[in-house]
Amino acid sequence: MSLWEYANPVKFIRTTDKVLPWIWALTGICLLTGLVWGFFFTPDDFRQGSTVKIIYIHVPSALMAINAWLMMLVASLVWIVRRHHVSALAARAAAPVGAVMTMIALATGAFWGQPMWGTWWAWDPRLTSFLILFLFYLGYMALWEAIENDDTAADLTSILCLVGSVFAILSRYAVNFWNQGLHQGATLSLDKEENISDVFWFPLLVCIAGFVLLFIALVFLRTQTEIRARRTRALLAREGQA
Amino acid sequence: MKALLIRDLMLAIRAGGGFGLGLAFFLIVTVLVPFGVGPQTELLSRIAPGILWIGALLACLLSLDRILALDWEDGSLDLLATAPLPMEGIVSIKALAHWITTGLPLVLAAPVLGVLLSLPVPAYQWVVISLAVGTPALSVIGTFGAALTVGLKRGGLLMSLLVLPLYVPTLIFGAEVARRGAEGLTVQTPLLLLAGISFGVIALLPFASAAVLRINLR
Repeated sequence: MSLWEYANPVKFIRTTDKVLPWIWALTGICLLTGLVWGFFFTPDDFRQGSTVKIIYIHVPSALMAINAWLMMLVASLVWIVRRHHVSALAARAAAPVGAVMTMIALATGAFWGQPMWGTWWAWDPRLTSFLILFLFYLGYMALWEAIENDDTAADLTSILCLVGSVFAILSRYAVNFWNQGLHQGATLSLDKEENISDVFWFPLLVCIAGFVLLFIALVFLRTQTEIRARRTRALLAREGQA
Repeated sequence: MKALLIRDLMLAIRAGGGFGLGLAFFLIVTVLVPFGVGPQTELLSRIAPGILWIGALLACLLSLDRILALDWEDGSLDLLATAPLPMEGIVSIKALAHWITTGLPLVLAAPVLGVLLSLPVPAYQWVVISLAVGTPALSVIGTFGAALTVGLKRGGLLMSLLVLPLYVPTLIFGAEVARRGAEGLTVQTPLLLLAGISFGVIALLPFASAAVLRINLR
């Protein structure tokens, strides 16, 4: 039993079909408890008031925006090295989800920034690098759409993903250098003294779990769709020949 | 390799557009800025380093699709691919030719346009130095973008979308060198980082460009 068995599309679809309902159910439970708990059963922050509750969407989506790109990077590497089609399709499937997560993080950040910093947008390093990340997602998806041959598209986008990752990291540190930020530092680290209070921490943890599960479910579903769409196309092409 | 470089340079000069286009665009951008923001000298001299950098970057971007598209259309790229030259060498030469026809004129024209934007005196040398160090990176990154989109019919817009985020670090450090130079601050740190980016992409990115071009020629 090895992980590579799931490179077989049939096996992948069969397994994900079995797991997906459970993942969806868990996602629903986590998001529902996390959000309800966070929105209605946590106290207001003594300085930020009720705006602090934006954290339950903002932080998980920002986290997933970065992790989605990481997942695409791994999937691209797997495609380049082992040429498993499922992996390339999974990378393709993850891109729009990641882009939406980035947008949610940017939008909720703006809603949060307006009352707290007095501005919707600031050229803060974190905000800026998220905007750049969003551009990377857009370019990646556009390249997938633009190329007709599936394998060529998979090859080109995976190389773009590799190069883009290097440049995304470069940009992250470059913008740090360029402007000092308004955004607070990390307060969710596991090893720091100055962390967010437990009252907010536990519902946030549930929300993060919910977002991770949501991401997994969406990527599985979208990958299945891609596989089926490609199979349909192949069938149609064969019919056309006959 | 030398023959290829000379051929590319000749084509760029004789076919027109190579030298002219980027330079003219640079000129137009920098001339239009005062119309847009007003003629106050203080304001202009404060934003001049940034404007010069953005103008150079856009001029570079504008001429990117000429790097490979023409050779792709008439099939000489296929010939080059079967030549005994490694693909990495071809893309490096292409990037070099692009830099000589676009980047170098921009570097030379920048001080002249600086006069129009009332660039502060100490900034001249730093604008020129930062452009000289940074534009090779723009050419090499641009070649990667051109190689990615070479097979596409209307790849221009897509290429801009792909290349612009890749230009961000270069622009940040380049403009920072020019800005600090203008304000009389020490420029060493951003200049070294800029040089680091330039050398890094010159050393590594041709491999990615070559891989991409091979896929596109398959």
